[in-house]
Amino acid sequence: MLLIHCPYCNKKRPEVEFAYAGEAHIERPNGINQLTMTDEEWSNFMFIRNNIRGEHAERWWHNSGCNMFFNAIRNTQTDKFIMTYKMGENLPTEKQIKAAKK
Amino acid sequence: MKFSAISLFANALSGHKKWPSQFPNKDPKKEYDVIIIGGGAHGLGAAYYLASKYGITNVAVLEKGWIGGGNTGRNTTIIRSNYLFDESAALYDHAVDLWDGLSQELNYNVMFSKRGVLMLAHNVHDVQSFKRHVYSNRLNDVDNQWLNPEECKEFCPPLDISSSRRYPVMGGALQMRAGTARHDSVAWGYARAASKLGVDIIQNCEVTGIRRDSLGNVAGVETAKGYLKSKKIGVSAAGNTSVVMEMAGLRFPLESYPLQALVSEPIKPVFPCVVMSNAVHAYISQSDKGELVIGAGTDQYTSYSQRGALHLQEHNLMSICEIFPIFKRMRMLRSWGGVVDVTPDRSPIVGKTPVGGLYVNCGWGTGGFKATPGAANMLAYTIKHNEPHKINAPFNLDRFIGGRLIDEAAAAAVAH
Ligand SMILES: Cc1cc2nc3c(=O)[nH]c(=O)nc-3n(C[C@H](O)[C@H](O)[C@H](O)COP(=O)(O)OP(=O)(O)OC[C@H]3O[C@@H](n4cnc5c(N)ncnc54)[C@H](O)[C@@H]3O)c2cc1C
Ligand SMILES: [Zn+2]
Repeated sequence: MLLIHCPYCNKKRPEVEFAYAGEAHIERPNGINQLTMTDEEWSNFMFIRNNIRGEHAERWWHNSGCNMFFNAIRNTQTDKFIMTYKMGENLPTEKQIKAAKK
Repeated sequence: MKFSAISLFANALSGHKKWPSQFPNKDPKKEYDVIIIGGGAHGLGAAYYLASKYGITNVAVLEKGWIGGGNTGRNTTIIRSNYLFDESAALYDHAVDLWDGLSQELNYNVMFSKRGVLMLAHNVHDVQSFKRHVYSNRLNDVDNQWLNPEECKEFCPPLDISSSRRYPVMGGALQMRAGTARHDSVAWGYARAASKLGVDIIQNCEVTGIRRDSLGNVAGVETAKGYLKSKKIGVSAAGNTSVVMEMAGLRFPLESYPLQALVSEPIKPVFPCVVMSNAVHAYISQSDKGELVIGAGTDQYTSYSQRGALHLQEHNLMSICEIFPIFKRMRMLRSWGGVVDVTPDRSPIVGKTPVGGLYVNCGWGTGGFKATPGAANMLAYTIKHNEPHKINAPFNLDRFIGGRLIDEAAAAAVAH
């Protein structure tokens, strides 16, 4: 079972308190874009995923805790969390990820 | 050499110490007509059918580890074809047709055992949904029948059908033509048969890049054993498909999840069939070695680690004990995980890709073992003709743009 650091509770809690919520930073098309988007763009938004083997940006939901969504960088080969960060913060740069690994 | 009663007898005389190796370990040639990436049973089967049915023998199967070491050797071997939609019924039933007679065809015992798969209904929704499956299957000429609780008990004596149970058995859908097979044998049998027809099986040969020519078509692959040329490449890399496709600049509608299974200590035969329960969420059968083979669903997060969390096993076993209290005191012997490639509609992708000469067979997720011969044949057909067969045509990549999904996701809730 994974131990996951919730950036809102600022605590490490067991995986069973959380729900995985898929790849992070996939932007939902806004109302205006929606009118002109092609099928291909819709497909990209709905179905296509990076599915990265390595450092993956993903969403988690502390649904049995503070009930907040947050983002994380996790290595999908080792399942080790590198960092978690609050919703609304930018995708960490490579430099930030490197720093977090130390 | 051909396996037969006589060869078995002759080798018994020499204490079974003189069996020749099943296929040679080869170094790759510089160029092939077709390269298959991934030495699981799907990839090996595709190479076999290319050589045996479609006349292309200058073929290599490149496997990064050892053949069958991926999901082929990690799955719980349930074979069935009672899927809801016409497209799926045709594809999976094609596979079951090929399972019949596969041992003879390959001269290798894949131990296909049609012991029957029983899917239990525990609530009104299950009853309605499974009956719908039975009727839909009947229209597609796929066998599937409805059993009442007493008939379920008769078919599977360890079942407790008393109405006082928390999840009472309200009936079940039984496919008699369904069952299990020996997973390793399927990989080894295809490899041996393909190798005999001239296919090179190359292990410890990870593909690290896909080269394309000036027109954008594939030209060859970079591997751990050097650059190999080929104008046709079939990708059958299961959980690692997204990684391989990225080498050709393609992003796929796939996510890779860990899927676990476990076996108990071996016991005498107690369990005659395969039982699945979507509502309680587990499935079980007994291997020929006597182990109870148990599984359920994937872990919640994507991962390539080939292992999952212990609480999933706990949940899985709680479900088994709920349905079969007689197994409460069994001890579990081993557990393991694989990486399964899951599509948004839980149906596979078998066909062409936007890159010329690049073909794909993926997205089988938690349930592709049953489809092995069918998937392999369809991939081989598509590579040969540069067009899909009518059975795999609906399982194209474009459905995720056009929206014509084959939504088995809604139809089956348990992984198998
Ligand atoms: C625990 C578990 C239980 C399951 N139970 C069932 C079941 O009961 N019934 C059922 O029908 N299905 C089941 N499945 C699903 C089934 O195992 C798969 O759908 C099926 O085996 C896929 O076959 P394959 O040959 O495509 O995959 P694999 O056997 O995984 O083959 C893919 C191969 O590609 C290789 N590869 C990957 N990347 C590269 C590269 N870059 N270069 C070279 N080689 C590469 C891998 O090493 C691997 O050997 C289960 C899966 C798991 C994990
Ligand atoms: Zn929290």
